[in-house]
Amino acid sequence: MAGSLKADKLLDVRKTFCPVPVIQAKETIDQMRPGEVLEVLATDAGSWRDFPAWCKNTGHTLLDAVQEDGTFRYFIKKTG
Amino acid sequence: MAVATEIDSALERKIDDLVTAKFNALVEAHQDLPRAGKEVPPNGKSGPKRLAIVASKGTLDMAYPPLILATTAGAMGWEVAIFFTFYGLDILNRKKLKHLKVPSLANPAMPVPVPNILGVLPGMTAAATLMMKQWMGEARMPSIESLLETAKKQGVQLISCTTTMGVMKVKPEDLIPEAACGGAAAFLDFASEADVTLFI
Repeated sequence: MAGSLKADKLLDVRKTFCPVPVIQAKETIDQMRPGEVLEVLATDAGSWRDFPAWCKNTGHTLLDAVQEDGTFRYFIKKTG
Repeated sequence: MAVATEIDSALERKIDDLVTAKFNALVEAHQDLPRAGKEVPPNGKSGPKRLAIVASKGTLDMAYPPLILATTAGAMGWEVAIFFTFYGLDILNRKKLKHLKVPSLANPAMPVPVPNILGVLPGMTAAATLMMKQWMGEARMPSIESLLETAKKQGVQLISCTTTMGVMKVKPEDLIPEAACGGAAAFLDFASEADVTLFI
């Protein structure tokens, strides 16, 4: 599914650990418009559970999450 | 007798009808009340979730957990307050917060891989601290100052324990300007409405 998704912004937080990915995702998505899609690249294995939890708490929609070769890729749609 | 029985059962039916009608009216009137299956915040209030943390330790390794949790909660839109008490107050101390140390004594998990008894030697605390800072740097972890900056931006309440300030002779000007003086009652008031409360 990831292939068909088009992101408006890319956030690369590879090689960082909690809490950096979530904090930077929050700071980045705050600058975006509702409906826009943020793509996050991460290597922290904890992000696999952190991003669904973060989306649940902030109301943003996790459109897709994929793992490939130790890299995690998240597509998050900003809610209004 | 038969007439009396008839009146009795007629009355019973009437009462049943009335009770049922009253019950239905009550249910109707309280349609908006939260009930099972409806999304209700765990604390019964409609605002954001709340995190209340007591930070009681002043070593570098123990300064990270409260700030990591606070900034993560901040990024999730929660309301957060940290109560800095006893040695934890050093985290808000302008001069000390850049020089928090990792203890080499009574800390078998310390980063310097030598027998714990050697932790008593001069320079061991500095060595353990240096090693931890190097690891943190390599892992691109933010510094304590940087996490405090993030917390301030997110509106995390940083409460400095006034009892600690009195006992340890710490003046408000010794602390970062964002620190707000408070006592146990102020923290408990915030924590009483919290969804998560932690003592670190």
